[in-house]
Amino acid sequence: MFAYIVRRLLFAFPILLGVNFITFALFFMVNTPDDMARAQLGAKQTTPELIASWKVEHGYDKPLFINADKGGIKTITETLFVQESLKLFTFDFGQSDSGRQITADIYERMWPSLAIALPTFIIGLVTSISLALLIVLFRGTPLDTATMMIAVGIMSVSGLFYIIAGQVLFSKTWHWVPISGYAEGWEGVKFLILPVLIGVFSGIGSGVRWYRSIFLEEMNKDYIRTARAKGLSERQVLFGHVLQNGMLPILTGVVVVIPTLFMGSLIMESFFGIPGLGSYTIDAINAQDFGIVKAMVFIGSVLYIIGLVLTDISYTLFDPRVKLS
Amino acid sequence: MSMIWLWTDLMVWALLGVIVLGIRSILKSEQARKQWHKIFESRIAMASAVVLLFYLVFALMGSVHIKLDHNAYEQSGSSIKESPANSTLPIGVYSLLELSMSHLITHSERTYSAPFATHEYSTSIGLDGDGQVAQGYRPLIFGGQHLTPENGSVLWDVFTKSLLPFMVALGVIIFMVVIHGYFRFQAFARRDINETPKALPWNTAYVTFFTLTLLFAWFYYLSYFYHVLGTDKVGQDVFLQSVKSIRTGVLIGLLTTLVMLPLALILGISAGYFKGWVDDVIQYLYTTLNSIPGVLLIAAAVLVMQVIISQHSDWFGSTEERADLRLLFLIFILGLTSWTGLCRLLRAETLKISQIEFVSAAKSFGLGPIKIIKNHILPNLMHLVLIALVLDFSGLVLAEAVLSYVGVGVDPTTASWGNMINQARLEMAREPMVWWSLFSAFCFMFTLVLAANLFSDRVQTVLDPRRVH
Repeated sequence: MFAYIVRRLLFAFPILLGVNFITFALFFMVNTPDDMARAQLGAKQTTPELIASWKVEHGYDKPLFINADKGGIKTITETLFVQESLKLFTFDFGQSDSGRQITADIYERMWPSLAIALPTFIIGLVTSISLALLIVLFRGTPLDTATMMIAVGIMSVSGLFYIIAGQVLFSKTWHWVPISGYAEGWEGVKFLILPVLIGVFSGIGSGVRWYRSIFLEEMNKDYIRTARAKGLSERQVLFGHVLQNGMLPILTGVVVVIPTLFMGSLIMESFFGIPGLGSYTIDAINAQDFGIVKAMVFIGSVLYIIGLVLTDISYTLFDPRVKLS
Repeated sequence: MSMIWLWTDLMVWALLGVIVLGIRSILKSEQARKQWHKIFESRIAMASAVVLLFYLVFALMGSVHIKLDHNAYEQSGSSIKESPANSTLPIGVYSLLELSMSHLITHSERTYSAPFATHEYSTSIGLDGDGQVAQGYRPLIFGGQHLTPENGSVLWDVFTKSLLPFMVALGVIIFMVVIHGYFRFQAFARRDINETPKALPWNTAYVTFFTLTLLFAWFYYLSYFYHVLGTDKVGQDVFLQSVKSIRTGVLIGLLTTLVMLPLALILGISAGYFKGWVDDVIQYLYTTLNSIPGVLLIAAAVLVMQVIISQHSDWFGSTEERADLRLLFLIFILGLTSWTGLCRLLRAETLKISQIEFVSAAKSFGLGPIKIIKNHILPNLMHLVLIALVLDFSGLVLAEAVLSYVGVGVDPTTASWGNMINQARLEMAREPMVWWSLFSAFCFMFTLVLAANLFSDRVQTVLDPRRVH
């Protein structure tokens, strides 16, 4: 198991290198350091000397991939790509355009993101699965059909509408919760209720449909028929067999998401003024701050890969047949 | 006056060609015909298909662009009489859709006004009839100005004006039913008695079609007298904006699949068929792409594109071309980031299929890999491809709104539901609330996405052999 995890993590290295290459290609090859310098300095008063000094200042004065001036291994290491990538691998993201340390910012903003993403995730998962089980119990009845219609309806509305409608109704009209903002500790709960509720509600349509189809697939299998033939009640079948066996496909889709919860939600956080990583990213996008976007892309990929490894590990916990080696 | 072909226009018409070819090949194959017949046996599927078709027609009408220039006005000394609205349009590039609703472009107000309003939404200071400075609700320039105090209220006026669109819609549907009934009768006479398939729910199609035609005719006719969905901040008609946005939404949903399909097909099938290092490379490729959070990758790519566009503003002849190129680029980025899911699916399925005996038989007959893939593997994957395409469509339409909100969507000058929602966010904070922009965007988007979701559900139920019925 330990060897397996180490191997998987080593396999992550080339993937992260590929991710770095893609971001590098986007940010440096298409938009060369010269272009960046010109954009930063303003088009009018730029001279070649100014551009060169700007590049030295930001450490962009090296060639992109191959440094022909240096001999030996330095041909490759003394280049912009390797330097930039290595920096990312040590989680040193440098400075943002406003001069703040990106790494420190990310560490600070991770917690508000988590405060909103984690409750949304857990409540959403529990409600969707319980609703799906309930529907499966009533499968084939008008209740089933009606719920599925409602689920499709919920799915067909853009999340933006839920947020706007929620803010207008609960904050602006009824004044139940503040419209936006954030506070540390228990004070912050009143700010979190609405975004969490909206997050849960907007995900419930697709969630219920997905879990229902998983459970129904299990329902049609032979061992369920055997269980019924043994005289088990419908409830025992549902919780003892269907739920347990349905766990495997559910884990495949769910565990991979858990680490990325740190990233926060772009839309939610910016609508509700929560100083998490999502709003951090969206601000960076609007301000065209490439440093932050690059850092977030890297972190997102790392978290996704961790999620993949976690998924494999979770299989061994729920399925005795799976052995990692 | 001259035709202008924007890049996305060409792509959308090319896609239409592909769709027509696809339908022809479906009609040729007995099995596929039966499957599609089964899809349309459902009333819901039939109704949603009609709705989707309606949206497609609007998207296509929005994809023919005509440039109006000085010549057009000089030549058309006589045509001014025929189309008085045209003559007042400013010079520029217009789509066929805009030209057919050109009265709404020229009927622009000063600022916000509610649906069917006769006066502006907020008070402003101006001179009243006696030349005195007064604060009040100014009357609109166009909306409801045919009304005089004598000929009654807006409600009564709207009611009396509803008769004509109703008759028109009724006429259209009767015409359609008669024409279609003739063809159905022909088919009925030629039918094979041993094989009578379940009748399709044509009545549902008629009812849906009639409802949509009626709604549109009603809105269209009344839009000559009112702003049926209100006006936005600069006084532009919201109904026109919403209808124009159809093109953006449908294009993003459809054309993205055109970009991602070849990638997913070629890479997925070769990974599953050739195995070995090809498989390793392709798996590495899609795992890498997949591990980057989708929105961030799109955002990063669009950011870079914005920088390029702002640096090379001389590349584009007009704002339309720039906006169009941005839409095209967005479609490409969405396509490049969304092929991984389908690719993985196709790879797994190809791995499975190439284990089956008929493939090894084909191999032992000495057939080349291309022939085997074309004749034996591809036909067995088509249901997966179709399901993925219809499933992706609604997701992409929704994604457009989110991306526009984040600021990495279509050009701000392009009419899109995302841009409308984005603006509406500020309008909701006003007192009193300006709700109609958001409401219109919601209705138009919801109808499209709901129809697409329902239709894709049905397609999945019928085509996916593993699906539980």
